[in-house]
Amino acid sequence: MSRFNKQRNILDFTLSSLLRRRTKNSALVIVYTLIVFSLASVLFFTQAIKKEACIVLQNSPEIIVQRIVAGRHDLLPADYIDTIRAIRGVQSAKGRLWGYYFEPAAGANYTLMVSEEPGVEVGRIVIGQGVSRTIHANRADIVPFRRYDGSYTSFEVSDILSSESELVSSDLVLISESDFREMMGIRGEYVTDAAVYAKNKRELFMIADKIKRILPDTRPITKDEILRTYEAIFDWRGGILLVILSGAVIAFVILAWDKASGLSSDERREIGILKGIGWETSDVIAMKFWEGAVISLSSFSLGIILAYIHVFFASSALFEPALKGWSVLYPEFRLVPHMDPLQIATLFFLTVVPYTVSTIVPSWRAATIDPDTVMRL
Amino acid sequence: MIFHPAIMALLVGSLLVTLMLLYSSYYGVQVIRKWDIKSGSELQLCLERRTYLVSIIMSYMLFFQLASFYLFIFTADAIHATFVSAMCAAGSLNVNEYGYPAVIIKMVNFLFAGTWLIINYADNRAYDYPLIKKKYLLLLVITPLMVAEFIVQGAYFIGLKANVITSCCGSLFSTDAEGIASEIAALPRLPMKIAFYLSTALTLASGMYFCLRSDWSGYVFSFLSIATFVVSVAAMISFISLYFYELPTHHCPFCILQKDYGFIGYLLYIALFGGAVSGLGTGALMPFRKIQSLSQIVPSIQRRLAFTALILYFLFTVVVTYRMIFSDFILEGY
Amino acid sequence: MIELSDIRKVFNSGKPNEFVAIDGITLSVERDKVLVLKGPSGSGKTTLLSVIGCMARPTSGRITLSGKEITSLPERFLTEIRRKSFGFVFQQFNLIKGITAMENVILPAYPTGEGFSVLKKRALSLLELFDLSERAFSKVEWLSGGEAQRVSIARALVNDPSVIIADEPTAHLDTKLSKDFMEIIGKLKVRRKTIIIASHDPIVYESAAVDRVLEMRDGRILSRATRQ
Ligand SMILES: Nc1ncnc2c1ncn2[C@@H]1O[C@H](COP(=O)(O)OP(=O)(O)O)[C@@H](O)[C@H]1O
Ligand SMILES: [Mg+2]
Repeated sequence: MSRFNKQRNILDFTLSSLLRRRTKNSALVIVYTLIVFSLASVLFFTQAIKKEACIVLQNSPEIIVQRIVAGRHDLLPADYIDTIRAIRGVQSAKGRLWGYYFEPAAGANYTLMVSEEPGVEVGRIVIGQGVSRTIHANRADIVPFRRYDGSYTSFEVSDILSSESELVSSDLVLISESDFREMMGIRGEYVTDAAVYAKNKRELFMIADKIKRILPDTRPITKDEILRTYEAIFDWRGGILLVILSGAVIAFVILAWDKASGLSSDERREIGILKGIGWETSDVIAMKFWEGAVISLSSFSLGIILAYIHVFFASSALFEPALKGWSVLYPEFRLVPHMDPLQIATLFFLTVVPYTVSTIVPSWRAATIDPDTVMRL
Repeated sequence: MIFHPAIMALLVGSLLVTLMLLYSSYYGVQVIRKWDIKSGSELQLCLERRTYLVSIIMSYMLFFQLASFYLFIFTADAIHATFVSAMCAAGSLNVNEYGYPAVIIKMVNFLFAGTWLIINYADNRAYDYPLIKKKYLLLLVITPLMVAEFIVQGAYFIGLKANVITSCCGSLFSTDAEGIASEIAALPRLPMKIAFYLSTALTLASGMYFCLRSDWSGYVFSFLSIATFVVSVAAMISFISLYFYELPTHHCPFCILQKDYGFIGYLLYIALFGGAVSGLGTGALMPFRKIQSLSQIVPSIQRRLAFTALILYFLFTVVVTYRMIFSDFILEGY
Repeated sequence: MIELSDIRKVFNSGKPNEFVAIDGITLSVERDKVLVLKGPSGSGKTTLLSVIGCMARPTSGRITLSGKEITSLPERFLTEIRRKSFGFVFQQFNLIKGITAMENVILPAYPTGEGFSVLKKRALSLLELFDLSERAFSKVEWLSGGEAQRVSIARALVNDPSVIIADEPTAHLDTKLSKDFMEIIGKLKVRRKTIIIASHDPIVYESAAVDRVLEMRDGRILSRATRQ
């Protein structure tokens, strides 16, 4: 009980001293909060995008088969699909038609895709939110497209894709098969690639292997492989961004070190008095510990709350310039709010641990002021 | 190397703590060589002040070891998706030969840091600091271990390559694969259960005896509590996990930390670690009971430690037993 | 009560600026008496007080407090003894600015782990003793010199020590306040406190409350003039 009281007394005194030195401490808290905020924003953002991408990928086929000619992705002959379908364990194999279309007026790239579900009538298209925003096209508007031979054609917008998972559907233009072939100049015996489904998921790897052997000029890619790659790429991106931000963290740690070691004469006097009137070194160390804990706790939680709002409710407004650079059609998406203990622990290790380490020696030094200095103040 | 943010966090944290320990060791050597409590010289006053610094660093280290153990497991779990057929942390750890050694060395360092702090606590209560040199010798043992942890953990992360085919926990801990973990999983369950309950019972009995008598039985109790720690971890893989997951072949000792199981794993591991540190600390203090300045202090600390260990091991056993009795899952052939 | 034998305190030992501040002092401080150390500035009074008050360890020599040897105790234990047995009144009062008189008074008691409400009650009764009840909740920077000193005396008493140590307590006080201070010392003596004062102020060492005056010079004790 008395140990508890002692810590409570010390904590009380620490809080009152922190308040007395409000200006000095608030500068530190602001910088600290900012650092946590930026790291947390990066982390929340990359992880949320990864989640989003993975959700989208759930709908992608179990195996995608591409044809490789001279080491490059090429059109797939439609008769390959029959060959694949004949492989044991394959439930279905379908050709897919899709491609990119550059719209010079908007300076944007669309993804053109032939869709069976929902089907699109000849002469019509269904567009994503991003496309709709860029060219100000709404339902029933007529949109011109350039054919592969330079002539023009136009389609009527029959619908706009709903905004759930805008990240992927934003730049999408759905079109009918005959319009697509006519526009891109792709003959009937070719498709872009093939989507393959297996009867038994456990056999996916084996089927991919068989396709590769029967059709040596193809590249089968399993969904797991894509997921893994995405996972690795997004983690890697988050990691790299953090490395870039590590400069800021180091600067912050130096600031914290400097603040902690540059005791003002006021503080030095105060600690001298405390030691003189009967505080032990470990009591002063406890005081310094509470001081660090209060500063860390408030900055850490404030930074995380702000980052959470920034990423999930303010559409990462501060990242927008960077993201806009990726593509003009970059979606105005709302990421699904998500935060997990791993992220919090990671942030803790990247901010609070370095801060604490940087203050250990300075606080120890402050705490070991000779008690008899109080006699000579 | 995989560039996951959590991996960087672990490496940064571990580097910082290792550096702090190296720094402490430097003063540790000075304390061992120059300490003279009788002297009022400035060097002695300076060394005395340094001991405060080392205590702070070690306290932070203990906290860090615990946090980093969990973060490590969590990270291994988070990156499992980058490896073909790794289905949880157990699979990720098996990607290269450093994964499991890193886990083990982390546990060892936690136990050492805890023991150090217990000895330090006792020593700081005796007016002549009788254990100071022994304490700093122990520090010189812990520091290389911490460096080793940094290296092994680094080697594990650097050796990670995405898409490496690994066994998932389904096969790693299933009874026909090879390696220590699967050997444990393959241990016959009935003898394993007997071993678990027997060692726990003996530990509890010797602990109670020690609490009452406070004599040499402390050594027995300390030894038994470490044995129980090891047996409990083995039991976790061998049969306890099965009751929590309610799957006949899922032996992974880490998935139990996940939300799906109500984070019950935290309770279980904290109970185990806490019990082991308290038990080990009781034994570590045994040789010092006769030192005059400690003779009043050590027995009461030991009694508190033994009591803590008893409570924690008891808690562990109760939770596990409760689950075994009330889970719908029935292990065939025990 | 307190026995010093052959105490030396050397600063910067082994370096070119080595300085012997106390040079072999042997002294016995009697219980419940008022002892004054007088002597010119730099003679080692403050250093001796800090050694007696367990604030600094002597370089050599032995100190016993109530028969218990405390010379080579580590700081951790010295502090505990200091907190229990000694109360300090400093030349500059050394109150912490920005907090109230009452909070200043209870500061030395924080590490003892007593509850805040108990401490507060004790502090208020001490302040009342020194006619400071109305000033208890004002910040210390608003106090006059005399009030500040009485607050610092209250602070010295909060852990109920048996010895009060005061270093040049009247240096910043006018004659009247200095006399008031010695009156308080007289009262404390009645309450069976042992009091050690370092001062070269005649108001102090000629005061009727003083039992014994020792003169110091160059780290040694010169005369042994005992007064009643
Ligand atoms: N920390 C220190 N380092 C070096 N010299 C010191 C230190 N503290 C005091 N001294 C020296 O010791 C001598 C005695 O000082 P002090 O005890 O304050 O005397 P007094 O209180 O009688 O004026 C002085 O000359 C002072 O310069
Ligand atoms: Mg002086």
